[in-house]
Amino acid sequence: MPSLLILVPLIGIIALNLPLGKFMKRLSFLLTLFFALLQACLVLIAPAEFWRQETVDVGGLLTFNLSADPLSLVLLLAIAIVIFATLLVGSETLQDDNKQFNFTNLLIIALIGMNGIVMVQDLFSLYVFLEITAIASFILISLHKDRDALEGAFKYLILSAVATLMMLSSISLLLMTTGTSSFSGVAVALHAGQNYMVLLAVALFVGGLFIKGGLVPFHGWLPDAYSAAPSSVSVLLAGIVTKTTGIYTLIRLVMSVFGFTPQIKAVLLLVGAISILVGALAALGQKDFKRMLAYSSISQVGYIILSLGTGTPLGIAGAVFHLFNHAIFKTQLFVNAAAIEEQTGTRDMDKMGGLAARMPVTGGTSIVAFLSTAGIPPLAGFWSKLIIIIALWMSGHYAYAVIAVLASVITLAYFLSMQRRVFFGTLVETFSTIKEAKAGIVLPAVILAVITIAVGVLFPYILNTFILPVKSLLG
Amino acid sequence: MSINIAQLIRVSMVFIPLLLLAGFYCIMVSRNLIRTLIGLEILTKGVTLLIIVAGYVTGYMAVAQSFAITLIIIEVVVLAVAAGLIVNVFRHTDSLDRRNLQNLRG
Amino acid sequence: MNLNICLLIALTIAALWSIMHENLIKAAIALAVTSIILTTLMFRFASPLAAVFELSVCAGLITVIFMSTISLTKPLTQTEAVAHAKERLKRFWYLPVLLAAAAVGLGLAAIPLNFTIPQAPAPANVRSVLWNERQLDLLGQVVIILAGVFGVVVLFKEKVKEKS
Repeated sequence: MPSLLILVPLIGIIALNLPLGKFMKRLSFLLTLFFALLQACLVLIAPAEFWRQETVDVGGLLTFNLSADPLSLVLLLAIAIVIFATLLVGSETLQDDNKQFNFTNLLIIALIGMNGIVMVQDLFSLYVFLEITAIASFILISLHKDRDALEGAFKYLILSAVATLMMLSSISLLLMTTGTSSFSGVAVALHAGQNYMVLLAVALFVGGLFIKGGLVPFHGWLPDAYSAAPSSVSVLLAGIVTKTTGIYTLIRLVMSVFGFTPQIKAVLLLVGAISILVGALAALGQKDFKRMLAYSSISQVGYIILSLGTGTPLGIAGAVFHLFNHAIFKTQLFVNAAAIEEQTGTRDMDKMGGLAARMPVTGGTSIVAFLSTAGIPPLAGFWSKLIIIIALWMSGHYAYAVIAVLASVITLAYFLSMQRRVFFGTLVETFSTIKEAKAGIVLPAVILAVITIAVGVLFPYILNTFILPVKSLLG
Repeated sequence: MSINIAQLIRVSMVFIPLLLLAGFYCIMVSRNLIRTLIGLEILTKGVTLLIIVAGYVTGYMAVAQSFAITLIIIEVVVLAVAAGLIVNVFRHTDSLDRRNLQNLRG
Repeated sequence: MNLNICLLIALTIAALWSIMHENLIKAAIALAVTSIILTTLMFRFASPLAAVFELSVCAGLITVIFMSTISLTKPLTQTEAVAHAKERLKRFWYLPVLLAAAAVGLGLAAIPLNFTIPQAPAPANVRSVLWNERQLDLLGQVVIILAGVFGVVVLFKEKVKEKS
């Protein structure tokens, strides 16, 4: 019954907003925590029949066309983990009770939106849930209503609206040429015949998804939105929103609907490679901690798209694995950024130094995260990057493989520079009395670091239970 | 296909891109934030028209109307949030000029 | 058919009017007029239910949103407005020229209509399609309206003065 993952949080929101007194406001935190943990447990232990498409009416009235295959399950797990981390960070960093309540409710709405995105089987329903997630993100970014956040939210809104209108035009053109909007219907009709109208529709849709995913050259909104948002919202945005709305949809549509035509593969390879390089080089010159992490996100997402562009089962498996790993370690890094911003009050790396002496847990977990990002064994990031580079080499794209390896070196460089500037070196005078971040921020950081290490060390087990089933989707 | 449908497609393939182009130009060139929203609205009207024409031409009127209704509802919410952002920007900077929103750079 | 072409031309002119006019309030009214013309077109294309939504929501509710936003934000003074109008014309006069050129270009381009258009098996009822087949969209609309409510609460509420 995949629709439970959407209906239960919706009932939760309605219940939270009934006028039943102050008790409801305190309940909101526990309720959202419950939803996130429930989702993680369901992904890990529910049997396969649970996730098949519903054929039975729910309560006799509602029939929803939702189903979850192994690719969606990976995303559902990532969504649950990131929502958990965001909730904990938010509860520590937002002081005002009213703001906390609004934040938690909007977080549940974002959860509903993202669960919907990974489970729908229809292009137009995909649009509807994309918009739900986007609106929740805009409001969350501008939660504190400070000037920079409003600027980031407005830029994101305009670009996101243009992207969704491109996708809608594509859906209408596909309606005109194929008569349907469901994934399977469009896929069948596209295999039958290709004409210029269909090509235009595919190009428009893929272009819209590139904007949503923050790929070069449509990445203009991403650094502003990530760095100006409140720290907990940055965790949500960087950890899962861009990935679900842009990258997962791209993987799903190219795999199941549009097919791996040579043109699509060439475009994916090119855009992926450019994103890797531009993101990595831009990250080198940043002073603002979160802005550097934002450009690093652009670079890592480039890896995912590059791997997708090979079109081979190994490449796609590598892309999905890197997607999951990136969700984990990017969330980790932004949780650390939240800890630093909370304790020192600044994001300027030039003003920091030697913080590891006073904030050992934050420093330690950030080392784990950055080693994973740069692809150092035995952490999780090493395995996914290895798979990507092998897939590129095996499918003959030698130049792109070399670019991927070189960019890894640049990634190592800017992260080492960040570590040196922020955590090591002599302790700056102004920050000599700060303490480690509060439990609510330290706990998700530790859990995420443990997941990174575990996925890396237990890689053979992960290979069998998660990656090969994803590969089997492609026959 | 019958003459009527073919002619309708040709005519709409002239006017709908015009609307989309006008809306896009407005978003890119305008400095006033509210004018940007007007451009967004024009874009939305172009896409609504495209959906309706696609439905009329194929005969799938019911599906196209459902799409159009959902699109209109979603656009209203997006516009309300955008208007809220603009009002708050005005409260901060006392102007609606887009060039004031260039703080984040780099 | 000719009536459709006239309506489409009127639609483009109304959209152009709302983009080019300096006064924001008149531009919002022109946007409402654009919605009304689009409603008429939708009626002619056998979409009465969607046309009613377009009229009541876009020509009505969105115009109200624009008017409230305009009234909550201070307009320019008289001298500033005149100078601003002259200056923006320099940027915006490209638009009608661009549109005319695009219209000529698109009109003359021989677009090959070589794709087969799928025909619907039987004309369906909008209500039954909306409520039976596209229930997920309806659920999405409910959630998005909830999100909109939270958006209005977060964005439009003024800060309550703290008790000293």
